[in-house]
Amino acid sequence: MNQLLNILSQVPDPEIPVINIVELGIVREAKATSESSCEVIITPTYSACPAMFTIEEDIMKIMKENGWDAKVVTKMFPIWTTDWLTDEAREKLREYGITPPEKGADEHHIGKPKKCPRCGSMHSKQISRFGSTLCKASYQCLDCLEPFDYFKCH
Amino acid sequence: MNPLYNYLLKFADDSFIMGQRLSEWCGEGPYLEEDIALTNIALDELGQANNFYQYASRVADNGKSEDDLAFLRYEHEYINAHWVELPNEDYAQTILKVYVFSIYQKLMYEALSNSSDEDLSALAQKSLKEVKYHYTHASSWMKIFAQGTEESKVRLIKAIENIWEYTKGLFAKVEGEDDLITLNIVPDVDALYEQFIAVTEKDFADFGLEYPTDHFMQPKSRTGYHTEYFGYILCELQYMQRAYPGCTW
Repeated sequence: MNQLLNILSQVPDPEIPVINIVELGIVREAKATSESSCEVIITPTYSACPAMFTIEEDIMKIMKENGWDAKVVTKMFPIWTTDWLTDEAREKLREYGITPPEKGADEHHIGKPKKCPRCGSMHSKQISRFGSTLCKASYQCLDCLEPFDYFKCH
Repeated sequence: MNPLYNYLLKFADDSFIMGQRLSEWCGEGPYLEEDIALTNIALDELGQANNFYQYASRVADNGKSEDDLAFLRYEHEYINAHWVELPNEDYAQTILKVYVFSIYQKLMYEALSNSSDEDLSALAQKSLKEVKYHYTHASSWMKIFAQGTEESKVRLIKAIENIWEYTKGLFAKVEGEDDLITLNIVPDVDALYEQFIAVTEKDFADFGLEYPTDHFMQPKSRTGYHTEYFGYILCELQYMQRAYPGCTW
């Protein structure tokens, strides 16, 4: 990982603070354009994700603190997908209590039972297709009875 | 006028008005999960509108931002389909609106994903993922209403009788669209309309609903002529920007 990406990986996702914007796949590229300025290419996760505004500000701020003048460029293509989440990030999600998205985002696994992030049981049911944020759906484990969030594949 | 600009506005306006209409349910949903679901869908639509307005603003290159396009145009300058501006009415009609609109968007974005215009294709692919969720949600409620109680079925049938005649308006073309079709940048909506009929006929059979037999369809969608409901939405939507010019959020 280059030096710029190292700095950027200190920026957490505003809604899921255990994972950072590099492992989430939001930061696509970071390159120096002069000695003290750089360009950071980001890809939005969801069309209306409100966190994107904060993320842009956070990027500029952390780069400034590290002596860089950052320009943030948004690039749509190729489009962001949950398949870009690293295995490490998936495990962090699970530990945080959010079931990570299945791989192969083109298929929609809506409504099917998901693995409880706490007890690992597959005996669960969907409570709501839509959750507290655009990226999540609500589930309940029928063994340990705890409700949990599922990070929808996208 | 740049035909691509016009073409982008039709998507932006559709999603913008649909998002606004659905956000009217915020805090009013029949129960918490549905309140959240419709607000989520509304947010997706507003996000898509923002993306298309941004691209349109780039294409036009006339110094107008996406906020100007959304908040400072007049009624006749909006080229959304009538469908999205129709009132929510009861929950059955709202679900019918989301159901039909999500099929339209799904067919449209699927076809546009192959556009030779890279930006348009990316926006379509991104939006497609979102509208697939909307379709799954709305179609399952269509089935529940059709096969639920006598009252839920009656209300759904009434909603279909009320507004089905506006469905074809979603497939109305805008000025310059034929040129874009010739250039293979965009799909032909006439073909998509055929697919729309096939999909809804199959779904209706699955829901156990009779397919609408009255073939009259309201004209003038996307022409700048609107239904009587449109002015009210625009008033509410544009109030802040006109009262406090240049305000941002």
